[in-house]
Amino acid sequence: MVDIIWLVPALPLLGFLLLVFFGKRIGEPLAGWLATLMVGGSFVVAVAVFFGLLDQPEHTYEQVLFTWIPAGDLHVEVGFLVDPLSMAMTLFITFVASLIHLYSIGYMHGDERFPTFFTYLNLFVFSMLVLVLGNNMLLTFLGWEGVGACSYFLISFWFTKEANASAGKKAFITNRIGDWGFMVAMFATFFAFGTLDYTKVMGQAGGLAKTTATFIALMLFVGAVGKSAQIPLYVWLPDAMAGPTPVSALIHAATMVTAGVYLMTRANPIIAASDGYVGWTIAGVGAATAFVAATIGMAQHDIKKVLAYSTVSQLGYMFLAVGSGAYVAAIFHMITHAFFKACLFLGSGSVIHGMVGEQDMRLMGALRKYMPITAGTFIVAWLAIAGVFPLSGFWSKDEIIEFAWHKSPVLGVIGFVTAVLTAYYMSRLVFLTFYGEPRWGEHAVREVVQVGGAGSEEEATTEPTESVELVNGLPLTSERKPVVDAHFHPHESGWTMTLPLVVLALLSVIGGVINLPGSHLLANWLEPVVAAGESHLEPTATYILIFSVISTALALGGIGLAYFVWLKGSRQLQRGFEPVFLEKAWYYDLTLAAFMGGPGRRLFEAISWFDRTVIDGIVNGVGAATLGVGKKVRRLQNGYVRSYALLVVIGVVLITAFVLTRMLQLS
Amino acid sequence: MSTLVPAFAAVFEQTSEHTGEVTGLGFPLLPVMVLCPLLGAIVIALLPKERVDVIRLVAVLSSVAAGALGIVALAQFEPGAPGFQFVSSATWIESLDIKFILGIDGISLFLVVLTGILFPISLLASKPEHDPKGYYAWLTLLEVGCLGVFCALDLFVFFLFFEITLVPLYMLIGKWGHGRRVYAATKFFVFTMLGSAFMLVAIVSLAILAKAGDGGTISFDLQKVIASQANLGTVTSRLIFVGMAVAFMVKTPVFPFHTWLPDAHTEAPTAGSVNLAGILLKLGTYGFLRYGLQLFPEASLYFAPTMITLGAIGIIYGGIVAAMQQNLKRLVAYSSVAHMGFCVMGLFALTIEGVEGSVLQMINHGITTGALFILLGFLYRRRHTYELAELRGIQKVAPVFAGVFTVVMLASIGVPGLNGFVGEFLVLAGTFIAHRWWAVVAAIGVIIAALYLLWAYQRAFHGEPDEANRTVPDLDWGEKLVIAPLVALIVFLGVYPKPVLDRIEPAVRRVLEHVEVSTGRELPSSRKGADLAPLVGDGHGASHPPATGLDPGAEAEHAEADR
Repeated sequence: MVDIIWLVPALPLLGFLLLVFFGKRIGEPLAGWLATLMVGGSFVVAVAVFFGLLDQPEHTYEQVLFTWIPAGDLHVEVGFLVDPLSMAMTLFITFVASLIHLYSIGYMHGDERFPTFFTYLNLFVFSMLVLVLGNNMLLTFLGWEGVGACSYFLISFWFTKEANASAGKKAFITNRIGDWGFMVAMFATFFAFGTLDYTKVMGQAGGLAKTTATFIALMLFVGAVGKSAQIPLYVWLPDAMAGPTPVSALIHAATMVTAGVYLMTRANPIIAASDGYVGWTIAGVGAATAFVAATIGMAQHDIKKVLAYSTVSQLGYMFLAVGSGAYVAAIFHMITHAFFKACLFLGSGSVIHGMVGEQDMRLMGALRKYMPITAGTFIVAWLAIAGVFPLSGFWSKDEIIEFAWHKSPVLGVIGFVTAVLTAYYMSRLVFLTFYGEPRWGEHAVREVVQVGGAGSEEEATTEPTESVELVNGLPLTSERKPVVDAHFHPHESGWTMTLPLVVLALLSVIGGVINLPGSHLLANWLEPVVAAGESHLEPTATYILIFSVISTALALGGIGLAYFVWLKGSRQLQRGFEPVFLEKAWYYDLTLAAFMGGPGRRLFEAISWFDRTVIDGIVNGVGAATLGVGKKVRRLQNGYVRSYALLVVIGVVLITAFVLTRMLQLS
Repeated sequence: MSTLVPAFAAVFEQTSEHTGEVTGLGFPLLPVMVLCPLLGAIVIALLPKERVDVIRLVAVLSSVAAGALGIVALAQFEPGAPGFQFVSSATWIESLDIKFILGIDGISLFLVVLTGILFPISLLASKPEHDPKGYYAWLTLLEVGCLGVFCALDLFVFFLFFEITLVPLYMLIGKWGHGRRVYAATKFFVFTMLGSAFMLVAIVSLAILAKAGDGGTISFDLQKVIASQANLGTVTSRLIFVGMAVAFMVKTPVFPFHTWLPDAHTEAPTAGSVNLAGILLKLGTYGFLRYGLQLFPEASLYFAPTMITLGAIGIIYGGIVAAMQQNLKRLVAYSSVAHMGFCVMGLFALTIEGVEGSVLQMINHGITTGALFILLGFLYRRRHTYELAELRGIQKVAPVFAGVFTVVMLASIGVPGLNGFVGEFLVLAGTFIAHRWWAVVAAIGVIIAALYLLWAYQRAFHGEPDEANRTVPDLDWGEKLVIAPLVALIVFLGVYPKPVLDRIEPAVRRVLEHVEVSTGRELPSSRKGADLAPLVGDGHGASHPPATGLDPGAEAEHAEADR
């Protein structure tokens, strides 16, 4: 059965091609069903391949389709490497993607570019599958860039709004900085090995000189930092929320952003062969990102922004795991995170859908009464991400913190602190959205704005950059009309939207079973791939118990704090828990934007000025001085163009004739 | 016509000295191909200028005929053979051994085919605003020059064709261009003419000075000159190389000789821009490869670090200046400076991957930038402007146009799966082997490329269309048919460049082997897993400073490791 692996990416590709050429004619909702069918089919094939793979020696199978780039010593094929890692990735990608496709049929209902949306979505799934299944780095890079391009298309899907278009562009260009690292890593890999094939490269990585391995590993990490939104390149992800919510769930939470983690796991033999500080760098960046993003998530008002920073933070956990040599834990958390974060995003989409486009949590409240299924599933996923025993997030996060603690207690402490923050900001989100009193309507908006303080208003007028507090792409000012009025009744979404929520919520509960302490299903499965780099812990039962108790206590502490502040506390108290520094995301994005718009732009302008004035000035100066171009130009404009050209031609002929006769004499 | 071909065939003696292959067509393929557009130009010149449709038909047919013969050459080309094929020659000036020797190898094959494809498409994509007769005559004559340059195997004939391209383009820009067309045309002409003057001196002195080793007779036959150029002293050949290089650097263009290009592009009519970017710039890089590397191996090695530096500067600098442009045509022109920087860099990396990538990049740049200029021509037809400030929200009113533009743009940015990526990647990977830090720096160009193109796209296509842009119509069927072949090539060459690479590689290998044999130096290559010596110097002695990656000692070590 493994030899049908090519069908897995081929089906979404077929869907994409059909929709490109016939999408308009297929129309809504058939285009959505077609796309969903293709991805669903892809999942079914992947399951069949999985069972076939069990019979393969070392659970590995390679299929080469054709030669892509043969040039000199470089020989790159289009082929698929099916091994435990890519199989695990393929299964969860196709599964989650199928659900999100289904959800999108309901969510995108009525959009005039409905078929186009699914065209991009299918292309995305194809690219993502090529990324994980590619048998060499270059093919992974093809998928890598493909998902980046789709991300660009989908973030700026509603392109008539300037903010969305900017967000898409920002995502692509920031990602390109990471791609630079990936490309340099490939040059070095090719230089050192003469090939880019994973089996050869990773097989020989042990013999790699330490400096070479370090260089390659660091450059790959630069690529991962871009794609997986880590410090310092995370800024594109929060802006990417401008895209339709299913896109946020699929691309910017569950799949694409985890590509960096996949790449590092794939390259674990190279990291193992590199200098020790590589692991420390990765773990450090991961821990810092996890913490910083969590603090920012505490003070956001846009429901999707909270989830976006939460994603950045959770990805930080995964890199913390990678840096600590806990590759299995990283993949484990990637999968559980895909379940609960997709559920949360889709849930937020359902909320936004029900609120007719409102995204400001300050204008929500009490929604559990109106949207019971959305609220129920959201609450389950919330408890999972908060790390409440025995939901999936508890197991995967705990495992990471254990390894991090083993590497250094400092990293472990950051892991614990971030866990508290996670429980806190997610509870804040849930309490603001689903509990308390309804806060929509004009009166409520005005109140919110007043309490929000003059600070935000002032900046909204003086600095009209995209990073200024925006709600639905508009600065929150007193003139802003609320999306809905006080008599509005939010509605529950249709079954295509609630069914995926229920399935994902269920998996958020039980997802932990794939790698419970003691069973280690995932660890045993991934063992052949991560053997080179995986560090080993043999924790005793007491050790695990102590960790579990601490982390449960911390999670409950975070939830409890949020309860007292956001359900029981006054507005003034609440405001105290939203420091402007965090609301403005540590001013990092603003500083960056100011730099790019200021000195960065001036540098570009200076170079452009140099070209126009100095280089071209010299050219024109020389021309005017020696040839009298200026004078001639004036004459030429009087209609002498042809005669001038004729003169030049005659000149050339004369010179040539002269040279020829001279040479005839010479010879 | 029917009696012309056999008579013509009699003049040209058909040989395929390097492969022994016969074309089996009954007439010499390449001379006929070059003459097709010439015939077209003559016919157009004889037609009365009122017969606009007939004139256009003749122009299109003659360029289609040349293109068809180019396709025939592609089909009959022996892929594995490194030498020249379809060689035919006719003596012109016997006493100087100047001959019309035409022949193509894997390098020139695709440039010929590209010329054959791009000219008819550019003719179909746009119409002149006035005086169609002259316009079509000059365009067909331009094609003669381009095809001739790529086929010529005689230095003098090469120079002749190289010069033939000048006047038509000058006329096209000066007479059928926009705005400051006369300024742009004159600048273009004077600039390239100056370069050509250097080249003429270089060619003549080369032929004279190299004769000593060839029994004392002067010859312009490329093969003979290659064989005898070893007689030149090191300094002499370096000087002559510089003379040739000036002409090629202007044509390519290499920083800092590039400022004629944005002006020429901006003011040129669509077909002029398409062929200027698509074909004429390749005259420079092709010249570097055929008349630089092959004729002056030692000098090429000597100047390689300089050229790679200029290439890298072109990539970064061209990208940055492109980002600041407010006119779409100027923007694409500067992006050409960046893309041609990749070509120059790959050539002088002197690794098989780098040179192959460079040749591929020439073809890919011709296709993508040609397509970009055609699309800008469509845009101009609708909006009569190239200014970004006046464009807005086009994607909403013309989604198909925007979609096609997006594909071409992504190819130009170098997104894998589309054609632009393959050449760029090979160039950079090949350069990394020889001059790694320059490759690392030049790779930043891929970030800048995304910056300027996406930014421009956002300004022109995103947002809510304003009054002036609300009525822009989408592509009609004719326009779709014109652009479709280029889009198909963009996708095909991105997914399956193997047929092209398979034909380029033997020719490139031959050039590099020639460089190795005549300089006695081992050129760098990747290490094929045998020796994983440190990449970044850590005291093992095998590391070498980046700018002198061709240090013979270090390279000999690689070579041993390879075996």
